[in-house]
Amino acid sequence: MSTVYDGERGEFVAEPAADTVPLLAVKDLRVEFRTNDGVAKVLNGVSYHVDAGETLAVLGESGSGKSVTAQTIMGILDMPPAVVLGGEVLFHGEDLLSAKPARRMQVRGEGIAMIFQDALSALNPVFTVGFQIAEQLRVRRGLSRAEARKGAIDLLDLVRIPHAKQRVRSYPHEFSGGMRQRAMIAMSLALDPELLIADEPTTALDVTVQAQIMDLLRDIQRERDMGLILITHDLGVVAEVADRIAVMYAGRIVEQADVYALFRGPAHPYTEALLQSLPRLDLKGQDLKAIKGLPPSLTRIPPGCPFHPRCPRAVDRCHQEVPDFHPLPGDRHSACHFAHEMLVSGYPGSNPDKHSRGLSRGDA
Amino acid sequence: MGRYLLRRLLQFVPVFLGTTFIVYTLVWAVPGDPFAGKCGERQCPDTFVSLMTERYGLNDPLVVQYFTYLGKVLTGNLGETFSGVSISEQLLNSAPITVRLAIVALLIQIVIGVVAGVVTGIRGRGYLDNLVLVSTLFLISLPTFVTGSVLQILLGVEWGIIDPTVSAQATWGELIVPGFVLGSISMAYVTRLTRTSITENKHADYVRTAIAKGQPGRRVVFVHLLRNSAIPVVTFLGTDLGSLMGGAIVTEGVFNINGIGGLIFRNIAEKEGVMVTTIVTLLVLVYLLMSLIVDLLYAVLDPRIRYD
Ligand SMILES: Nc1ncnc2c1ncn2[C@@H]1O[C@H](COP(=O)(O)OP(=O)(O)OP(=O)(O)O)[C@@H](O)[C@H]1O
Ligand code: SF4
Ligand SMILES: [Mg+2]
Repeated sequence: MSTVYDGERGEFVAEPAADTVPLLAVKDLRVEFRTNDGVAKVLNGVSYHVDAGETLAVLGESGSGKSVTAQTIMGILDMPPAVVLGGEVLFHGEDLLSAKPARRMQVRGEGIAMIFQDALSALNPVFTVGFQIAEQLRVRRGLSRAEARKGAIDLLDLVRIPHAKQRVRSYPHEFSGGMRQRAMIAMSLALDPELLIADEPTTALDVTVQAQIMDLLRDIQRERDMGLILITHDLGVVAEVADRIAVMYAGRIVEQADVYALFRGPAHPYTEALLQSLPRLDLKGQDLKAIKGLPPSLTRIPPGCPFHPRCPRAVDRCHQEVPDFHPLPGDRHSACHFAHEMLVSGYPGSNPDKHSRGLSRGDA
Repeated sequence: MGRYLLRRLLQFVPVFLGTTFIVYTLVWAVPGDPFAGKCGERQCPDTFVSLMTERYGLNDPLVVQYFTYLGKVLTGNLGETFSGVSISEQLLNSAPITVRLAIVALLIQIVIGVVAGVVTGIRGRGYLDNLVLVSTLFLISLPTFVTGSVLQILLGVEWGIIDPTVSAQATWGELIVPGFVLGSISMAYVTRLTRTSITENKHADYVRTAIAKGQPGRRVVFVHLLRNSAIPVVTFLGTDLGSLMGGAIVTEGVFNINGIGGLIFRNIAEKEGVMVTTIVTLLVLVYLLMSLIVDLLYAVLDPRIRYD
């Protein structure tokens, strides 16, 4: 496939032009885990895309398949028990799932890099931080030991680790949590990737350090015009750094929209519930609304809309008909039968009766 | 680190004194006339017995004898056996052979054990895994003596592939089969330990990171995975050196090798107490030193371990 990649796009591009290919596009990814407990349908047709210089935030409850999607993109799923049933991972239009192992290895690190939640276990405990960064430069770029070490020091400098020259000789356990995450970011940047996947990079850190790490990631992303997929639970972080948001539920993307549109008016009851679970100053003193019920067991996903057992807006139709992930005005998508009505009726519209007659209420 | 080393070396003293004293007591407490058969067919003349008793201080209390002996050993004077053979000369002749045998055994353990362990650990369940599990169980349950005798009879006597006994020079080539026999049980343990260690570590986060950052597969296995999995294996190899010594006595006996093991074997039979205690004392020293080296190596392999 010969396609031209347009790296000159701004941050808030709404509609990809017809003749350009996104940096990364995941299409209809389906993955299941076959274990002794049965078959867990973990990804049931996940699609999202991200462009250069853009930050896509992937939101969703624990177990919704955010990490498994990222692992499928990287090709680091544990197979078995995982089985990729279908779908495509298109990097510059090239399908990685059908690519040769050597090509996949080449893409890892210099095409797509990934950082993980727990840097202490993700870094190798028996090698120095410097070794693990320099290794990328030596093995993948063919640099000499001395050059690679110098490169490692520069990278530690870049991620603002003080005294990089000395710290390059430290082992991961000698670093604080924040420094370890910085070191991991340095390692992921070694080959100057076009796309970085950050899987809950700050969850294990305390709040001030979280903010520093997010600032660092955002600065680096802007400087390098890198694509960033940010997997997170933290809506505050999302509001601050994301350009676009994809919301996952039970192995599907249920809503996708740019960050302003989504916060202004969610087009899926699950997103709405997520937003309502945020503390709000104007509702200070009231109880936070937690989402009722539990996410479905992935071995027995309910028929119809997977969210219907927990959905305050559910009607009979939702029990039978699986809603399509369909486009809405303003380059957004939703997998709810009543997405259109939700947008028109406005937010917060939690009255379950409003969805079909919402037109009369006017826009909020 | 320096203080740790000093502390460890100081700990050697009571351990060394304790073990050697026990050995000394045991050897000299063995009933029987130490001079039986020392003078050919005849009973030894009384003058010889009293001369020897005098020279070796056999009438002193055991503790006094022990410390006199220890003093001599520590000043480098290993003395002579009752039959007048220089002990240090004997040791110098036979030690290199045993060292060579032990190196062969250790290499076989490491090369075969680690390779089989890595391959089965990475591949997981399957035909090869079952084959390795069964054959290692088989080796573990066979005593060294049996493995040695069977291989000696099959390879040496029946098929004539090797000489049934090893020549006085004990060349490297001749020592391959005895080395295999000596190392076989530990090799089986190394295989299983490596396999378990690899199986446990291959799903570790840092292995996934190494793949995700685009390191080639063999580097992921041989640098990232193996380095971590080697830690328990090295510990085992270090502590297992003692059983290697014990096995050497049997193996050298079976293949008629003139090493330290053979020396002990013959001297126990001949009730040469001085020789036996000296050799065992040396073995204790070697063992203590090896265990120190292993502990230091452990800290090199796993930087999370700090000695201070
Ligand atoms: N190696 C595995 N074996 C079996 N099941 C797995 C495995 N990895 C993931 N799963 C299952 O896949 C589902 C999705 O997991 P995933 O890690 O993608 O969730 P997530 O959205 O990243 O959640 P979190 O926010 O907790 O990280 C979970 O139900 C999990 O049990
Ligand atoms: S389709 Fe029905 S159940 Fe599903 S989210 Fe929409 S309203 Fe709720
Ligand atoms: Mg996750």
